Amino acid sequence: MSEVLLVEDLYVKYYTRRGIISAVSGVTFDVIKGEMLAVVGESGSGKSTLGYAIMRLLPRSGAVERGRIVLDGEDILRLSEEELRRIRGGKVSMVFQDPFTTLDPLRRVLDQFREFLAEHGIDAERGRIIAEEMLEAVGVPKNLANAYPHQLSGGQKQRVAIAMAIALNPLLVIADEPTTALDVVIQRQVMDLLDDVKKRGTSIMFITHDIALAIERADRVMIMYGGEVMELAEKSMLAKRALHPYTVGLLSSMPRIGSEKLPSSIPGYPPDLRSPPKGCIFHPRCPYATERCRTVKPILSEVEKNHFVKCHLVKAL
Amino acid sequence: MTLNIYTVIGLAVILVIVLMALLADFIAPYSPVEASGMELESPNPLHIMGTDNLGRDVFSRVVYGARTVVVVVLIAVILSGVIGTVLGLVSGYISGILDKILSFVMDSIYAFPSLILAIALSVALGPNIFNAAVAIAITYIPTYFRMVRGQVLSIKNESFVEMARALGLPITRIMARYILPQLTQTLVVVFSMNSADAVLTEAALSFFGLTVQPPTPDWGFDLYKGRGFILSGAWWMLIFPGGMITLLALGFALLSEGVSQSYVVKEGE
Ligand SMILES: Nc1ncnc2c1ncn2[C@@H]1O[C@H](COP(=O)(O)OP(=O)(O)OP(=O)(O)O)[C@@H](O)[C@H]1O
Ligand SMILES: [Mg+2]
Repeated sequence: MSEVLLVEDLYVKYYTRRGIISAVSGVTFDVIKGEMLAVVGESGSGKSTLGYAIMRLLPRSGAVERGRIVLDGEDILRLSEEELRRIRGGKVSMVFQDPFTTLDPLRRVLDQFREFLAEHGIDAERGRIIAEEMLEAVGVPKNLANAYPHQLSGGQKQRVAIAMAIALNPLLVIADEPTTALDVVIQRQVMDLLDDVKKRGTSIMFITHDIALAIERADRVMIMYGGEVMELAEKSMLAKRALHPYTVGLLSSMPRIGSEKLPSSIPGYPPDLRSPPKGCIFHPRCPYATERCRTVKPILSEVEKNHFVKCHLVKAL
Repeated sequence: MTLNIYTVIGLAVILVIVLMALLADFIAPYSPVEASGMELESPNPLHIMGTDNLGRDVFSRVVYGARTVVVVVLIAVILSGVIGTVLGLVSGYISGILDKILSFVMDSIYAFPSLILAIALSVALGPNIFNAAVAIAITYIPTYFRMVRGQVLSIKNESFVEMARALGLPITRIMARYILPQLTQTLVVVFSMNSADAVLTEAALSFFGLTVQPPTPDWGFDLYKGRGFILSGAWWMLIFPGGMITLLALGFALLSEGVSQSYVVKEGE
């Protein structure tokens, strides 16, 4: 098993008028070739920020403060804008949440597709062939290749976006809540499509706030809270034996078919990332918090094989 | 874009005047700078717009005068359009300190009454036709700049621009292919609106002798000169150049009105 992406001790901050926001703090993980890693967390937990940082597409207000991002052996943070253009769309690409606006409304689907391929040095004729093949592969009807984006449904647009994202056989596709804006049936189809992409050998970093969907679809699941990784494990392990109190909370807040119990949500609010709580970032909402949790920050440690948890109590077990 | 009546009339007027400028050698019956009749002849079959105080054919001067105004207006509007648009794109897309400086400069220019600024610049640069065009251009740059910058600020956050970047497209290409096409509608409207205004500004500069030098024919200057003969009853020296200025400005105004109307209709479809 070889790793495609390695993120090490990453810190990302946003400098805003209202203060400095620590959106990602000390995040370390890897993505293995051909796997789907789900990144799960509530709104504001830093999932998208992590994705943008890997793409080097953070807005002006955002900056990587520390850490390394190594893609296919290359430190992304050291690359020039010129080199980044080759990587983006080539080795790593991103699929966004809202498919309704990710295509230029003024130009035909096929033209946009070919322009992107041309930018990566593929000649016009081959570009047309690749674009048509890819559109077909993701299930966009042939006659829609020459359509304008407004003539496509949301699901079809997301398919086009995915086709473009995988056209150059990237090592990694970052899919940031790719199905949130779609209805349930289409959502399933798009997830199936991502499964197919994975079978081609492309790794997928699947960002979602839906832990049930993550456990259903991904190989490994990474739980984020307040810009930190709380737990990272294979999905079966996580489903059977989640160890972090936050993960346990997330799991019990998901509705189960046939269960008499109502889903319970975790009391309290996400932390204010301008001044995160001392000690464990989750302690103000944690039912088991001790004095140590309030003062000492836990580190992410491997409590059993391939199962990482950031919690004082679990380590003590 | 659908053509409507304003657009058609506006375009027709502009086209006729541009053709007049291009084909002046064939249209004008006499030389515009040499006497071809008696002084101050009223309109008659030989001189349909009469003659001026030096015996020159007013019609021929009107025809040749179209050249000056067309050249000045075209240079001015294209120059300001290109510079304003490029600066607006860069400033809006890149933002930061450059954006702050440019915006400040543009706001300062914009704060001046444009006619007075054009006259001042024209005097400073020296009275000739190209300098007049540059002077007028400078006063319009902020209009394009502000409009383009504002649009870029909103468009650059659209997801399709983000997606284009995520696919490795360079910023220059994103601006040219993704952002600029979104601006064409507004640019066309501003372009014709500025042209209408530039016609009047050019006339004003000529009025003060800041464009071409006599005896080169020019509507604004001829209008200025004609003023002195109104008491002698030579209304034709005033009416015809003045009428042409108004007509051309009206043509551009109609065009801009027509174009903006047809876009509104299109959006409502
Ligand atoms: N452009 C920005 N400027 C300032 N702060 C930002 C910016 N983008 C995100 N943030 C802040 O960074 C933190 C992490 O946001 P991020 O969008 O990465 O979270 P997320 O997990 O993707 O949330 P969601 O599920 O809502 O998409 C939040 O506190 C958010 O307010
Ligand atoms: Mg997000």
